[in-house]
Amino acid sequence: MIIPRVPVQHRRLLPDRRLSGPTPWVIAILMMLTLLAAGAGVGLARAANNIGDAIAGRVTVQIVTANPVTRAEQAAELRRQALAAPYVRTARNVGQDELLATLSQWLGSAGGDDPVLRSLPLPALVDIDFVGGERAGQLAQLRALVARAAPGARIIPHAEWLGPVARLIRSLAWIAAGMVLLMTLASGAVVIMTARAALGTHYATIEMLHLIGATDRQITRLFQRRIAIDTAYGIALGTVVAAAIMLLIGWQWSGVTSGLAATASLGPMGWALLLALPLLAIALAALTARLTLLSALKKIL
Amino acid sequence: MTDSAGPRPGGAMVEFDRVGLRYGPDAEVLADISFNLQPGSFYFLTGPSGAGKTSLLKMLYLAQRPSRGLVRLFGEDLVSMPRQRLPGFRRRIGVVFQDFRLIPHLSARDNIALPLRIAGVSEEDLSGPVGEMLSWIGLDDRAHARPATLSGGEQQRVAIARAVIARPQLLVADEPTGNVDPEMAMRLLGLFEALNRLGTTVVVATHDIHLISRIDNAQMMRLEKGRLADPTGALRYPPANKV
Repeated sequence: MIIPRVPVQHRRLLPDRRLSGPTPWVIAILMMLTLLAAGAGVGLARAANNIGDAIAGRVTVQIVTANPVTRAEQAAELRRQALAAPYVRTARNVGQDELLATLSQWLGSAGGDDPVLRSLPLPALVDIDFVGGERAGQLAQLRALVARAAPGARIIPHAEWLGPVARLIRSLAWIAAGMVLLMTLASGAVVIMTARAALGTHYATIEMLHLIGATDRQITRLFQRRIAIDTAYGIALGTVVAAAIMLLIGWQWSGVTSGLAATASLGPMGWALLLALPLLAIALAALTARLTLLSALKKIL
Repeated sequence: MTDSAGPRPGGAMVEFDRVGLRYGPDAEVLADISFNLQPGSFYFLTGPSGAGKTSLLKMLYLAQRPSRGLVRLFGEDLVSMPRQRLPGFRRRIGVVFQDFRLIPHLSARDNIALPLRIAGVSEEDLSGPVGEMLSWIGLDDRAHARPATLSGGEQQRVAIARAVIARPQLLVADEPTGNVDPEMAMRLLGLFEALNRLGTTVVVATHDIHLISRIDNAQMMRLEKGRLADPTGALRYPPANKV
């Protein structure tokens, strides 16, 4: 049991001072940081996975043939042949308007049908998504197909330019996991110090209880209960603050609908993990307190 | 053997054989202590301050293991006994401490009820004995007072009530009448005597020589400089009419 049952009369053996020491407040701060780090870690890990899935099987074929008519024909032929290939899931010609819209974000635009942008010699692009399978073989087959349908075209695997971003996000997720681990250890250390301090403060009472026949388990239950409850208060407070911060970030995040940011979310498993963390923290605190107390009491006759 | 085992028939309740006690690397505070305490007997432990009375009592109420020698309590060797078995033995011993050692945030009633609660007696079953004990020590109107608000004598009475409420087989008292008036001292001694008549072995450490003369058949142990003076050997081999 996380918080041991102790008869009401036995609870009075310890003075009733709730939230009087620093422990609940330190635990609250640590819990808040743990949940925020865990939330960030889960979100980043999911984003990295989403990006990884998206880029692992996608290439863009860039056709730079000078003649625009031939270029358009090669793009259409490539798309047709690619769609017929068993290793290709989708193949899509990137429209001229889409290219111009992207370029206008970087080069500026006079709006509407910008003649300067229109005058640029733009390549024809074909986005191709592979079906799941062995990527190197699929890429080799596509190279052969491109060589036939659009000689001189370049194949650009998305993993080449988005891969480092995914790796960076994955690294950040691991750092967040490391922070969760460190803060869990710090919380455990706080509980150990609290248990030892409690034993020191109430040494006379403990000695008296021992001498009238109290067992280590009876004494441990008293302190374990007190520490677990104090810790639970801190964890609840930290959880509420962390939840408020995450809801605020989520609300602001919901306005970011484009690019990599849109891939970041917690998902059901992430939320379940975040909800489980406070309960695990209470259980860990109670267990740490119990082991610390039993170990310390063994040193007393 | 279970914790409820008693001394062998005809055997001693407490046996000390060449017991020595030292704290850390210092010289022994008790040396070559040998005695037997018989069930149902009444003993006074006397001696000058610093003679080692409190150290000897500590070994009797299992707050201290000896540095050497053999100690048997209720027929069991306590020197090698695992500590997890000690609570069962401690519940059979009542202790009155010289400094009372009342738990400061508990009321007089809760302090007295403590041994029964630790032993698992229900609130329903303990309210009667606790009430009677409060009444006997004359503190029923101070049942809910905390120790800090009680006088030294009142605290002493609460400490004694706590020691005897569970009807211990062995009662160890360290200067139990040091803070009470002569009338209360006699009443408390009367309680010890009554418990003794019911079979409790009583060991009282005291400086009060008049107290000793009040109990018939009481035996005296005298400690001097950490050694037990027992010139007649009565403690080691008590005559039958003293037991």
